[in-house]
Amino acid sequence: MTVFYIVIQQIVNGLILGSFYSLIALGYSMVYGIIKLLNFAHGDIYMVGAFVGYGALGIFGSVLGVGWLGIAVALLISMFLVGLLGMLVHRLAYQPLINKQAPRMSLLITAVGVSFTLFNGVMVLTNGEYKTFSTSLGYEGISLGLVNITYTQIIMVVATAILMLALYWFINRTMYGKAMRAIALDQDACRLMGINVTKTISLTFFVGSALAAAAGVMAGVYYGSIQFYMGFVIGLKAFTAAVIGGIGSIPGAMIGGLVLGLLETAGTQLPFIGSAWKDVFSFGILILLLVFKPTGIFGKSEIERM
Amino acid sequence: MSENALVLRNLETYYGKIHALKGVSLEVPRGKIVTLLGSNGAGKSTTLKTISGLIQASSGTIEFYGKNISREKAHNIVSMGLIHVPEGRRIFKDLTVKENLELGGFTLKDEALRRKGIEHVFEVFPRLKDRQRQSGGTLSGGEQQMLAIGRAMMTEPKLLLLDEPSMGLAPLIVQDIMRIIKQLNDEGTTILLVEQNAKIALKLADYGYVLETGELVMEGDSAKLREDERIIKAYLGE
Ligand SMILES: Nc1ncnc2c1ncn2[C@@H]1O[C@H](COP(=O)(O)OP(=O)(O)OP(=O)(O)O)[C@@H](O)[C@H]1O
Ligand SMILES: [Mg+2]
Repeated sequence: MTVFYIVIQQIVNGLILGSFYSLIALGYSMVYGIIKLLNFAHGDIYMVGAFVGYGALGIFGSVLGVGWLGIAVALLISMFLVGLLGMLVHRLAYQPLINKQAPRMSLLITAVGVSFTLFNGVMVLTNGEYKTFSTSLGYEGISLGLVNITYTQIIMVVATAILMLALYWFINRTMYGKAMRAIALDQDACRLMGINVTKTISLTFFVGSALAAAAGVMAGVYYGSIQFYMGFVIGLKAFTAAVIGGIGSIPGAMIGGLVLGLLETAGTQLPFIGSAWKDVFSFGILILLLVFKPTGIFGKSEIERM
Repeated sequence: MSENALVLRNLETYYGKIHALKGVSLEVPRGKIVTLLGSNGAGKSTTLKTISGLIQASSGTIEFYGKNISREKAHNIVSMGLIHVPEGRRIFKDLTVKENLELGGFTLKDEALRRKGIEHVFEVFPRLKDRQRQSGGTLSGGEQQMLAIGRAMMTEPKLLLLDEPSMGLAPLIVQDIMRIIKQLNDEGTTILLVEQNAKIALKLADYGYVLETGELVMEGDSAKLREDERIIKAYLGE
């Protein structure tokens, strides 16, 4: 019976972790789908999102409190501002190279440069210190036998689900969402439909960055502290999640994140692995996947040299 | 005096060092069908891509109903009512037939206009209606061409550029497509038709131009061109 409870508890933990991975993986996958760029700065966008949320909670928390209302407002503010930051990065760093039809490798190296800029920028601004995300959320929740699920956990999973449904609606039901999917297929044909391709790519950066920012704020709230290098490993994990789902695929990124979260949490429960080895476990999965099913769960077989 | 929908003056276009258009000048009068003929690599597609703004001319002017559009961006040109159906149809293969049509109406102001446009396309091409939920890539070549033309009809264009609509299609389907082009023209759409199949193009068009390695070498009324020795030898077979 205890084993059963442990499994359920770990599934809950895995879903939370997976939600963060999914939200970040979406931005990775959308940007890859539309301009074939592995945006290595995306993990740092998530990190900036956490700090903007922290700042917003500091400002509005005094008025709205540091409970769910204050957090929700901080989350929305962070999503909006970091979305704009994503657009700015696209306009300043990537679009000039796209205009010049620069080789894809140049874009990739620029992304690494953007990553360093954000990472070091925040390091300097925060003196490299940890910041404590103090909220008034407690540990109350539902207990089912030995399984404890806090309200915080439930709300995070629900919030992630809402964001994903909103994204799904946007991509499938709005003209700009359809334009995004079309641009991933054929940019010139899109121009001939009257679509402003640059503007639509910019919008993609906004959406992807806003989702990463949401994950950043939620992670800050959930784990309680943030620091300037928090985006590095999780960025790579989200990339792994995107690859598991099939990079470029939106449902793939959603599922890939959850699968990775669950696998990783399960892995820490295996004898001889334990939590110290969880990163090795995740990247081991990535390597195995790249060997046996390089296109991921939802990916198309398109041979791509990077 | 009929008004011109399109006037090209001394258009020059390069791909890097390749000089693809070497001073092309032509006119498309409003309400007419004009055809641009030429063999492989003559520069027909390049001419259309330059007009629709996919590539920039290095010199020369493009006048669309009197307005110089040679420096406009492609998506703005579409909003003005100049629609280009590219070579090879370029259907969005992973999107449904309906979504393809909706994107054809991207510049329309609201959903109601888009719905009306789709209904009109389905009247003209009932086969597309049956397949509206299928992805574009599953359509046959002929159906894809219908979808490509349908997509262009969504906005009621003032000028339609068609690049080899007959390419790779069975003769019966070609006849279908040509009938639709004629019908569009009868409804008032001005058309610039690029073809390698000179026989069908000259049957449809009012006037024709012949392009060879980036230069116009001949022009005239379709009836005249059909009788021209050189045309018969080079493009009409026998
Ligand atoms: N993207 C490109 N880069 C470099 N050269 C190109 C490009 N596109 C076309 N060309 C060259 O420009 C010239 C004209 O090509 P274009 O496609 O306009 O010919 P076309 O008349 O449409 O031929 P076809 O009947 O085969 O479609 C050709 O010599 C071609 O090789
Ligand atoms: Mg061509």
